[in-house]
Amino acid sequence: MKTLYLDNNATTRVAPEVVEAMQPFFGELYGNASSMHSFGGQVRKHVERAREQMAALLGADPSEIVFTSCGTESDNAALRGTLEALAGRKRHVITTRVEHPAVLSTCRYLGSNGYRVTELPVDREGLLDLQMLDDCITDDTALVSVMWANNETGVIFPVGAIGEICRRKGVTFHTDAVQVVGKLPIDLSQAPVDLLALSGHKLHAPKGVGVLYVRKGTRLAPFMLGGHQEGGRRAGTENVPYIVGLGAAAELAAKHMKEEVTRVRALRDRLEEGILATCPDAHVNGHRDRRLPNTANISFEFIEGESILMDLDALGVCASSGSACTSGSLEPSHVLRAMGVPFTAAHGSIRFSLSRYNTQEEIDFVVEHMPGIVHRLRALSPFVPRDKA
Amino acid sequence: MWDYTSKVMDHFRNPRNVGVIENADGIGEVGSLACGDALKLTFKLGPDGRIADAKFQTFGCASAIASSSVLTEMIKGMTLDEAAQVTNQDIADVLGGLPEQKMHCSVMGREALEAAIEYYRSGGKKTAHVLEGRVVCTCFGVTETEIERVIRENNLHAVEEVTNYCKAGGGCGGCQHEIKAILARVHGEPVMLEAPEPPRPRLTTMRKIQLVQEVLEREVRPRLQEDGGDIELIDVDGNRVIVALRGHCAMCRAAEFTLDGFVGAKLREFVSPDLVVVEDKP
Repeated sequence: MKTLYLDNNATTRVAPEVVEAMQPFFGELYGNASSMHSFGGQVRKHVERAREQMAALLGADPSEIVFTSCGTESDNAALRGTLEALAGRKRHVITTRVEHPAVLSTCRYLGSNGYRVTELPVDREGLLDLQMLDDCITDDTALVSVMWANNETGVIFPVGAIGEICRRKGVTFHTDAVQVVGKLPIDLSQAPVDLLALSGHKLHAPKGVGVLYVRKGTRLAPFMLGGHQEGGRRAGTENVPYIVGLGAAAELAAKHMKEEVTRVRALRDRLEEGILATCPDAHVNGHRDRRLPNTANISFEFIEGESILMDLDALGVCASSGSACTSGSLEPSHVLRAMGVPFTAAHGSIRFSLSRYNTQEEIDFVVEHMPGIVHRLRALSPFVPRDKA
Repeated sequence: MWDYTSKVMDHFRNPRNVGVIENADGIGEVGSLACGDALKLTFKLGPDGRIADAKFQTFGCASAIASSSVLTEMIKGMTLDEAAQVTNQDIADVLGGLPEQKMHCSVMGREALEAAIEYYRSGGKKTAHVLEGRVVCTCFGVTETEIERVIRENNLHAVEEVTNYCKAGGGCGGCQHEIKAILARVHGEPVMLEAPEPPRPRLTTMRKIQLVQEVLEREVRPRLQEDGGDIELIDVDGNRVIVALRGHCAMCRAAEFTLDGFVGAKLREFVSPDLVVVEDKP
């Protein structure tokens, strides 16, 4: 059975070009990029080239790019490094209720360790009230951390406007941009962002490599100690093959950016419209326009997400769900609950996330089979109103 | 990805006995949409007093559907006394086992069966599963009696296991201490009470008022205003927060609920756990 992969917000296929770019660094080019000999020195050049490739994708200066092991590390380093650099002089952090656990769990940990944390609510469409954010900032506020786009719904937050507020009030602004990099154009020479986290495996690089962007002049205590790598901002021998791979992926992402916002968006819309037209009592979660071009989060009333995923899986289709059962926890998605999506709809939510590798045939296959799955499971459900059974 | 047995997958893919029996002798409904799984079980007795037919409808994951489906097969041909002996472990065993975190699906099956038998024996008076005993887990509505029972029937020893089997403790986690105490009691171990949480730093009155204001502003007022109401802070006296409700809230009969359930909860969450909210009535 062919795998039909629509779970690209979870992870992506490593691009063949990326695999190729990495190959030599598993073989003859094994030098340590920090060595003084020319054997290591030639490797250093490749690391620096990757840094330039990543900087170009973000509109940043190469000196502002710090390679890390993953998006979660980047988020941890940003949050904890900022607070540590302030040495307790400011003890208030503002974030949102819909952050990825990399930020939310870290903030809650800080909240139980002497910091005051404000988690901003979102409205029914997943949007923030910027006035509320503005009002929450006090003299004690050290940091604002708001994701660029939500991983579950794809809803995009106005990072430019949030950054302006933070800059005006002299507060450091961090954004988890894991879901945005490679999907939407980013220009950090314009956007007032101090710290930005991204993850390689969301943009067709391998798992195990990420970036923390640190704007020049941002005060940050290093998260990892033990070496002078990455300008002393992240100790540890450089993961050369993966960094090179991430550089190649960044260059590819820039090349394919237009396709993401045109062809991929059209496929997503085709999928969404197809499903909504054929499956009654289904609706889209999240603001319809202010969304990533690749993400569709759809709730199917009266049925449960894991069951839908298992039926999709039987057809080779990979997606994910905000239902309680899929997480192993007993509560449905914290994102959908923060949006006030009723439990009924949260348990039956399915996220399809596309990439440039998806084709129209694949989308049409899913649209063709979705009504059958929904019908089968609704026939089992005690909640379907009689007139709809 | 859950590691389901082929039997679970078979019952999920090809569920047996789906539907509702008209004029059923027994009807058992447990769970709810909010809980994430629910089961409606109906059966019909034959002239010999044995279960002649059983049908189910389930909202839930693959293991919930499989547990319900296999249960209908298991109980056909049983007398009610025999059916009343079926445990959740029996259901899981017939399925070749369930992942630990999914054991609550088998418990839901047993509960629905029990409710259906109760329905029959009460002559149709007990239409829904009646909660026996004091509710321990308010998130999922699990009683002390039910917790004790899953502990005994499945020989559970850890809070996490209890959560896997009946969901208790899996929401806010506020009842986990109590589950621990129940576990100890059931196993005849000395009940160790956890040391109380270290007290939060005492707030100065000024700081308290400031925090209360902030929380009212940020968490409470926007919600009340959506309904055409408003709230005003009158005074803070020790742990008593005195407020006045305005607009629609002042006239609303649900205001008492709003005050304690919503305003009080927010203040206790964000400011201090010992606060009580009192309405300033002119």
